[in-house]
Amino acid sequence: MALLEVRDLRLSFGGLKVLHDISFSVEKGAINSLIGPNGAGKTSLFNCLTGFYKPKGGSISLGGRPITGLPPHRITALGLARTFQNIRLFKEMTVLENAMSGQHCRSRHGIMSAILHLPAQRREEETIRAAGMRWLDFVGIEQHAHRRAGGLSYGDQRRLELARALASAPELILLDEPAAGLNEREKLDLVHLIRRIRDETGVTVLLIEHDMGLVMQVSEKIVVFDYGQKIADGPPEAVRKDPRVIEAYLGTED
Amino acid sequence: MTDEVRTMPTAGQPQLMRWSVVLPGLAALTCALVLPQFANAYVTEVATTALLYVVLCLGLNVVVGYAGLLDLGYAAFFAVGAYTSGILTAEFGFNFWLTIPVAMVAACVAGIIIGAPTLRLRSDYLAIVTLGFGEIVRIIARNLDITGGASGLIGIERPEIFGFRLMQVQHFYYAFLVLALLTAFVCLSVERSRMGRAWFYVRYDEDAAAGIGINRVTAKLQAYMMGAVIASVAGCLYAAKMTAISPESFTFNQSLLILLGVVLGGMGRIPGVVLGAVLVALLPEVLRGAGTYRPLVTAVALLAIMLFRPNGLWPDKRV
Ligand SMILES: Nc1ncnc2c1ncn2[C@@H]1O[C@H](COP(=O)(O)OP(=O)(O)O)[C@@H](O)[C@H]1O
Ligand SMILES: [Mg+2]
Repeated sequence: MALLEVRDLRLSFGGLKVLHDISFSVEKGAINSLIGPNGAGKTSLFNCLTGFYKPKGGSISLGGRPITGLPPHRITALGLARTFQNIRLFKEMTVLENAMSGQHCRSRHGIMSAILHLPAQRREEETIRAAGMRWLDFVGIEQHAHRRAGGLSYGDQRRLELARALASAPELILLDEPAAGLNEREKLDLVHLIRRIRDETGVTVLLIEHDMGLVMQVSEKIVVFDYGQKIADGPPEAVRKDPRVIEAYLGTED
Repeated sequence: MTDEVRTMPTAGQPQLMRWSVVLPGLAALTCALVLPQFANAYVTEVATTALLYVVLCLGLNVVVGYAGLLDLGYAAFFAVGAYTSGILTAEFGFNFWLTIPVAMVAACVAGIIIGAPTLRLRSDYLAIVTLGFGEIVRIIARNLDITGGASGLIGIERPEIFGFRLMQVQHFYYAFLVLALLTAFVCLSVERSRMGRAWFYVRYDEDAAAGIGINRVTAKLQAYMMGAVIASVAGCLYAAKMTAISPESFTFNQSLLILLGVVLGGMGRIPGVVLGAVLVALLPEVLRGAGTYRPLVTAVALLAIMLFRPNGLWPDKRV
């Protein structure tokens, strides 16, 4: 059974149908991509998977458990983390505090044990902090731990969003256009980092990306969207040759 | 503006003592400790009021400064505490100290009744609902027999501790000082913990907070309830000091004044909030000489502060 199973997912806003009966799956340990022209519904699909949008129909399951319609924090706790297309960091807080936020759903001490300074609470704080540092180190920005997150360079902000998502100990991580706004060098680093996420931590990756070169290079399977419909699904070579994909991309920016 | 900000020191992390903070803090504490020995009854009375506002502003700061929720009826929880303690001691002969936990529970219940349905909605609704709640509590207090109606509740017992009865202004001054220190310690402990950080995450970006696994409704509800409990304890001690309370102590104006203290000093951080609270208590006294022009002078002074220090006099660096 696949890690992520999406069956006949439908979403609409008023009269506007954004997703038409989408079905696909992501195998555990894979790196898969979701591509398609602007407005095809990719981000909307991510919003359905992570509980931000309520689909009109269909089902989503993660590791065999149904997650359709659950609130975002429950879905994160069940092992699905995400980054946002427009970076959504806690800009006024430090880089480390941002990374530590991912650990919230993996820890449990509340107000009372904080007031009483219980030893178990202190230990947990230490664990949260260590995990935050570990993920900053993983993405390579630990030297900025005590800086204001909003003051990081654009590329480092993207890395921090990754660290924060990874800190929630996910099974599957969804990356929404992680290469947007990066230069060629930074894109190469990103490809390397995405591979390391899968190879070193075992986290499955599903990414949305516009850069075809990057997508072909990094993914084992590609799902193609156009106007809210899935028009192709398969390995990079097959998708590249698919006439419907070529047609969808003719005349667009790609 | 530099990129360096103060990290929230986290438990377990040995933190360098910052003398620039510790020394003025110690100096202020020493002054606070010896003040009644030198000051006359009037000054001690004003200082006691200032300490009451420190507690109330610290409590409201949990709601407004940490979690970013606009509460326009905070005095209602102050009233819940004062009336719970007052009624239990005056009408039922309870020991004062036993009324504190009862008042805390009452504030929690009231907090859940108001917060649980509203905190699911957009934050703007909370402002309206809390405004209404503040008025409802005051109107109930005006109209019930057990609360003494419009003229209020009289004959509230003075508390006793180890056989010593708190009577004079100085006694209550020290009682409020202890409560203020305790509240500051509690707020500081929570601010630096997992839950405190969660409030800041929610305040800065609710969607991102939900996306990384924080239940925003329960996080907000906990902030709201913690604020309620702090106000209720302040209310207990206030009732004991006054021995008589009336609905007029818990008006919308009172809520605004507390909110003003939080915003004036710079919400979010304890030193700024303490400063704001002291100013709110002192301003009317300092301006007594201005006679009938007092409201005007107060308004101008506040406007000037808001114009020239929009983030408060001693702002949270992260804003
Ligand atoms: N919250 C929303 N309300 C109304 N329409 C929306 C909303 N979110 C997305 N859409 C619409 O859904 C379509 C797909 O958008 P999106 O998922 O952002 O596309 P992509 O990420 O593939 O560029 C667009 O037409 C967009 O206007
Ligand atoms: Mg998009």
